Amino acid sequence: MSGKPKLHYFNGRGRMEPIRWLLAEAGVEFEESFLEKKDDLLKLQKDGSLLFQQVPMVEIDGMKMVQTRAIANYIAAKYNLYGKDLKERALIDMYVEGMFDLNEQLMSYGYQPADKKEQHFANMMDKATNRYFPVFEKALKDHGQDFLVGNQFSRADVQLLEIILMAEECKPDILAKFPLLQSFKAIISNIPTIKKFLQPGSQRKQPVREEEVPKVIAIFY
Amino acid sequence: MSGKPRLTYLNGRGRMEPIRWLLAAAGVEFEEVFLQTKEQYDKLIKDGLLLFQQVPLVEIDGMKMVQTRAILSYIAGKYNLYGKDLKERALIDMYVEGISDLMQMILMFPFSPPDAKEKNLDSIKEKATNRYFPVFEKVLKQHGQDFLVGNKFSWADVQLIEAILAVEEKIPAVLSGFPQLQAFKTKMSNMPTIKKFLQPGSPRKPPPDDHYVETVLKVFKR
Repeated sequence: MSGKPKLHYFNGRGRMEPIRWLLAEAGVEFEESFLEKKDDLLKLQKDGSLLFQQVPMVEIDGMKMVQTRAIANYIAAKYNLYGKDLKERALIDMYVEGMFDLNEQLMSYGYQPADKKEQHFANMMDKATNRYFPVFEKALKDHGQDFLVGNQFSRADVQLLEIILMAEECKPDILAKFPLLQSFKAIISNIPTIKKFLQPGSQRKQPVREEEVPKVIAIFY
Repeated sequence: MSGKPRLTYLNGRGRMEPIRWLLAAAGVEFEEVFLQTKEQYDKLIKDGLLLFQQVPLVEIDGMKMVQTRAILSYIAGKYNLYGKDLKERALIDMYVEGISDLMQMILMFPFSPPDAKEKNLDSIKEKATNRYFPVFEKVLKQHGQDFLVGNKFSWADVQLIEAILAVEEKIPAVLSGFPQLQAFKTKMSNMPTIKKFLQPGSPRKPPPDDHYVETVLKVFKR
C-alpha cells in the first residue's frame, strides 16, 4: 500500500475532477482506479466500500470517503487551503458553492440528450457570464489581490480556475468582459503545482466525448 | 439591530429549513423576513444583497451569507456542532451530504407533475429504506452511542432527525425496520432545544402545501 490517496471513479471528469484539481493544487500525488463497466461499480458496492453506494470514493488517511464536498472539504482543510479562520472559511464556502452550481451545469452538458443540448448550453453560458463570473471579477477588483480570499492561495482559487477553463472550452472568448479574471487565470495557471497539472500527461481529465457517453451511462444506470 | 441572525426566504421550508433546524438546535434565536412577492425578491437582487441572486440569505455576524451549505457549515463551526477534529468533521460531512441528497428529493417532490408524484414518492421510500437509513442504523448499532459522531451532539444528528421526520410525514411507517433510528428519533426529539423547536409556535415551518408551491413559482418566476 502506497499511502497515496486512491480515487475510484470512471476515467473522466464528472464529479471527481474538482478533487483531482485540489489534490494537484496541494502537490499530493494520487492513484486512480477506473470503473469501466457496471460490474466494477457493483463490486465496489458489494464490498461495502461505498457508504451510499455511490462514487466518487477516495481512500485517504485510512478512510473510504464519499460525497464530493466531504472529500473536497477534508483535503482543503488538511492542506491549509481553507482560509485562516471561520469567516474566511465562510467566504470560501460561499464562493465554492456558487462554483459547484456552475460546475454541475458544465459537467453535465456532455451528457444531455441532443434535443436539450442547445438550451442547456445557453443557460450555462448565461449563468457563467451574468451570475458567477461578475461576482469573482468584483471580488478581485475590490481587494486588488491575486487570490480570492485572505490574500492567500485557497481552494476557491483552484476551483475558479477549473470552471474558467471548462467554460472557455465551451466558449473561448467567455472572459472577454472580465479583465481581472483573465489575469487571475494567468497567475493561478503559473503556480508550480497547477502548471504541472495543466501539462499533458497529468491526471487532469478531458471533457467527455460524445461517443463515450453511452459507456459512462451504462456504468451507473 | 438586534444582533440575532436574520433569515430571508419564503414562509416555508424549502432550502432554509435545515438552517432553521441547526440554529434552533444550537439554541440560537433568529429573526425572519418572508418573501411573498416577486417585487420583494427583485428588490433584494437590485440592492445587491444576494451574492448569486439567490436565497437563502442569512445575515449573521456582519456577513450576508448565501448558499445553504456555506451557511450551515458556518453555524456548525461557530456553535461546536462540527466534531472535534478533521476526521470527525469528515464523517459529519459525509453523513450530512448523504442526508442532503435524500432531502433534495423531498424538497423537489411538491413540484413534481401530478403524473410523476407516485413514482417520486416510491423513489423517496426506496432511497430512504435501502440507501440512507440503513447506513445510520448501522452506525448507531456499531458504536452504541446516542449521537452519530464522536459521542457528541453534532450537525449530523440535527440533519438526520430533520430527515427522519420529513420522510415520516410522507411514509409514516418508514422506520419500522430501524429500531436504532426509532430510539434516536425519541432521544433527539427530547433534547431541550429540539423539543422546543418541535412545539407549536416555533419557527419550524409546516410541510409544503399548494399555496407554498404557488408562492415559490410566483416569486422566482423569471
